Amino acid sequence: MTDLRTHAEEIQEQFSDQLDIDVDDVVERLETLVEDYQVPLNEARRSVVSNYLDEAGMERDQLGGGGGGNEHVQVAEVDEPEQWIDVTAKVTELWEPRSDSVGQVGLLGDESGTIKFTKWAKSDLAELEEGKVYDLGNVVTDEYEGRYSVKLNSTTTIEERDEDLEVGNDDVTVEGALVDIQSGSGLIKRCPEEDCTRVLQNGRCSEHGEGEGEFDLRIKGVLDDGDEVTEVIFDQDATEELTGITLDEAKEMAMDALDTEVVADEMSEGILGYYYRVTGPTFGRYVLVNDQERLTDPVDGEAALIRARSI
Amino acid sequence: MSGAPTREVARRVFADEFNDASYTFKESDDERAPVYVLLPTGERANRIFVVGTLTETEDVGEDSEYWQGRVVDPNGDTFFMYAGQYQPDAASMLRELEPPAYVSVVGKPRTYETDEGEVNVSLRPESISKVDEATRDRWVVETAERTTERIQRYEDDETNEYAEMAREEYELPVENYRRTVVGALESLEEEQRGANEVSAPE
Repeated sequence: MTDLRTHAEEIQEQFSDQLDIDVDDVVERLETLVEDYQVPLNEARRSVVSNYLDEAGMERDQLGGGGGGNEHVQVAEVDEPEQWIDVTAKVTELWEPRSDSVGQVGLLGDESGTIKFTKWAKSDLAELEEGKVYDLGNVVTDEYEGRYSVKLNSTTTIEERDEDLEVGNDDVTVEGALVDIQSGSGLIKRCPEEDCTRVLQNGRCSEHGEGEGEFDLRIKGVLDDGDEVTEVIFDQDATEELTGITLDEAKEMAMDALDTEVVADEMSEGILGYYYRVTGPTFGRYVLVNDQERLTDPVDGEAALIRARSI
Repeated sequence: MSGAPTREVARRVFADEFNDASYTFKESDDERAPVYVLLPTGERANRIFVVGTLTETEDVGEDSEYWQGRVVDPNGDTFFMYAGQYQPDAASMLRELEPPAYVSVVGKPRTYETDEGEVNVSLRPESISKVDEATRDRWVVETAERTTERIQRYEDDETNEYAEMAREEYELPVENYRRTVVGALESLEEEQRGANEVSAPE
């Protein structure tokens, strides 16, 4: 359980000014909670920290700068799940939670870019306000399909800062021919379980098993300019704009054919092999398309001709 | 870093150069390692992207369907492609398309040796789709640019291992491919001028 040891070392670090804690002792306490009592790790950590707080006669908010011992990182630097970190970020967007278990969900931004955050309802934290900047201590990173997020949990400290923050734009623009439309494109079904958006494979969610699923549209494509390839994802809106086929039309097509595959086939006609310029944020190795344009302007070969003649 | 293998770039190459790319190699001993053809301008290619005029389709199979397609670039040089039962989408496109038509093709280079000992280069399509003239024109300019860049790297960059390999494997002056580029761009220019004259008001 190296994982527990890491947490134990962090806890020891948190109390390093007040208590002389033996890491093995912390590991043992965490182990008892996690393994014998099946307590989730963050709860176990909270419980152990509480014990030491009592021993030291401290209040939770006396713990150094929210979590202490964590690395303070820029949101665009997050590239690994299950890391306990501190961030200073502005709430740039708040979304409608899809589930009762989620207290708040939205986007956090700092100079480096933006990242999704989820705050659990049960963690009983202060309400975050859109447009405000916070020091968030002890949030944990997560990853889904190459896309990183942070989770606020019951050990997270929230401190509002009295200042504004310039949120960086991490959008990229990519141009190239659409050379492939990958499997999992077209009319797909997503898991209907609360707070799960996984795509069903053969009617199964990898987390929740068999399910009815909710229809959605998506294109996972590859743009290639002859030098570099970029994988791009068009969500429902972007797919409708790209293909001119709406979700309702796609469902109708699939119903007529008794097969959802026909939708991807139909969609690829008229887009595969054409050139596009797309702009959007990157998630892992994907670019999520916010803006798109098919490149149809007549091209001028003059400059290329001059160059080829000159060498 | 994600553990997923990187997808191979689709190179841009005119048919004249592609058909000369008879030397193939692997970068590792692994049985499943990708096979590359060596472009004579000094680049490896495991996939290419072509947009041109489909001029002819023919089922050349004996027992089962095996479609041959001919796609011509602005120089009048031909890309040959073959699709059978293992390329069902591409095969059915070749079956259904009515030449002449502008098509885009993504495919893997394949070589085979004839009884006379000549090496023929062809394309095994992953996908074929109908496109418009503007897309074809864009491809011609893009392919001209990429080829010019390769020629410049071939001549200027002494650390270019594929240029080194091309010098060893081929006795083909890259000047040929510079002329191919110029030829393709000139015929594109002529076409565009021709189209403008036709549509220009009296």
